[in-house]
Amino acid sequence: MEENLPQNGLVAVVKRDCPTCVLTAPVLGHLAQRGGLKVYTQDDPSFPDTVAGRIDDTALDVSHRLRIEIVPTLISFEGGREVGRTFGWDRGEWERLSGIAGLGADLPEARPGCGAKNVEPGVLERLKIRFNETGLKSRRIAIGAEEDEHEAMFARGWSDGLPLVLPTEERVLRMLDGTGRDPQEVLGLVPPDLAPATVEKIAINAVMAGCKPEYLPVVLAAVEAVLEEKFAMHGVLATTMFVGPVVIVNGAVRRRIGMNAKGNALGQGNRANAAIGRALQLVIRNIGGGRPQEVDRATLGNPGKYTYCFAEDEEGSSWEPLSVERGVKPGQSAVTVFAGFGLQGVVDQKSRDPESLSRSFAESLKAIHNVKSAPACDALLVVCPEHHRTFKDAGWTKARLYEELYQLCEIPGDELIAGAKGIAEGGPPSQAGKSVNKFRPGGLMIVRAGGDAGMFSGIIGGWSAGGPRGSLPVTKEVKS
Amino acid sequence: MIVLLDPTSERSPTIRPRLPRPERLDGLTIGILDIAKSRGDVFLHRLGERLAERGIAVKHYAKPTNTRPAPLLLRQQIAAEVNVVIEGLSD
Repeated sequence: MEENLPQNGLVAVVKRDCPTCVLTAPVLGHLAQRGGLKVYTQDDPSFPDTVAGRIDDTALDVSHRLRIEIVPTLISFEGGREVGRTFGWDRGEWERLSGIAGLGADLPEARPGCGAKNVEPGVLERLKIRFNETGLKSRRIAIGAEEDEHEAMFARGWSDGLPLVLPTEERVLRMLDGTGRDPQEVLGLVPPDLAPATVEKIAINAVMAGCKPEYLPVVLAAVEAVLEEKFAMHGVLATTMFVGPVVIVNGAVRRRIGMNAKGNALGQGNRANAAIGRALQLVIRNIGGGRPQEVDRATLGNPGKYTYCFAEDEEGSSWEPLSVERGVKPGQSAVTVFAGFGLQGVVDQKSRDPESLSRSFAESLKAIHNVKSAPACDALLVVCPEHHRTFKDAGWTKARLYEELYQLCEIPGDELIAGAKGIAEGGPPSQAGKSVNKFRPGGLMIVRAGGDAGMFSGIIGGWSAGGPRGSLPVTKEVKS
Repeated sequence: MIVLLDPTSERSPTIRPRLPRPERLDGLTIGILDIAKSRGDVFLHRLGERLAERGIAVKHYAKPTNTRPAPLLLRQQIAAEVNVVIEGLSD
């Protein structure tokens, strides 16, 4: 321990697994014999056998206290204070620190050291926990040895219904390595409890959801996005309608963390897609206290309320990515959140020109919520690559497609009013004789995703309270 | 023992509290569970009579043996049918 460190003299920290340490063993023996050197060994207590009084530091306590990063490290103390330190083998430095000339005459001039054991992934976290240096503020919950820890998490209501990864201190510390942000930074207040979302609390939920540390910046951006006032997260949660937050990811981060924008992009099987969307839902559940049949009043909900996150397929697209369309500079990673539900397929295997295909899209879009409902809700149209190709080959920009779809979604009010088509559902009599659009201006969003084969695009419908009076999509840059 | 970090806003205690005892039994259904300890049935039967005299709904259940936890189906049945359970724990 630290009290055993010398007031004056040298300390060396070594491990047998390091060839440079093995190389310096005779030098360490020489210095130890002259007195004034303590050698701490990290892995094998019998190393170095040149030093009789070597000290076992396989628990790594001294290494951690001395903040060793490289072995061998040689440190010089005077009056109990460190006055010099060198890493690896460097004859000049070792001679300077020891004050002894001609060290290791048969050794090369210098050799770089190896990584120290106390800073290996996993080990460093355990040492920080042992020395109470984590800085983590969250309450610790001890699960008894006889208790099943997975059942304990279910019993506490932390789960969305599926098993969780245990949020141990080690895992949360590693998760927090994924961001440079202060763990105590508050990103906003999570409804319905309006509890503060600290980076630390979000990291705990990200661990439980199955995230890797490198996903955390995307999770943080998604949480920031849903907590913006204009997204109206409380209402999105509390509504009896189907919706939940849908997360669309753009930019370089997609490929860096291995997100899926290709085949089955909206389906199962990709860890990043699945865990990021799930982490967001767990944040709402655990930090915000938003649970089904409590403040979440959804009649049916939708399977996307477990997780609903995918990447846009930007590569090979002639269209600007959704994030760029929404004001983010090209290449910058960003997330966009949309209050959406389910997926309504648009199957069109015969259209070969953009006019026919856009009419096909529009007729399908007009069915969202109810064919009698207009304006109905915002919608996200996910165009598959084979459908996109038809627009690309004809030179249609995304702006052109928005414009055409908007025009094609004009509906005669006579078809919409209550009672028309023999359906009691419908709009007010004032719609009669007018033309009514299915969507508010700006109420459509288009992204490109999916496998290379298949003429199957998708519509993700929105909340009836879409738009400024309810929920607006929000885009946030992903910060490291 | 394993230590976890609390993912919640920490508004509830770490040790989950027991459900509060009802202040009155009126309108509730009482389950009487005989765990098969000797003469428990006599005591519990009399208790059931006294409750019934007060106009309280009573349902009787019995464990097959006092040496093992109640079978799952019995536990689920009791949880679904009654509000409060009384059982005799000793001879």
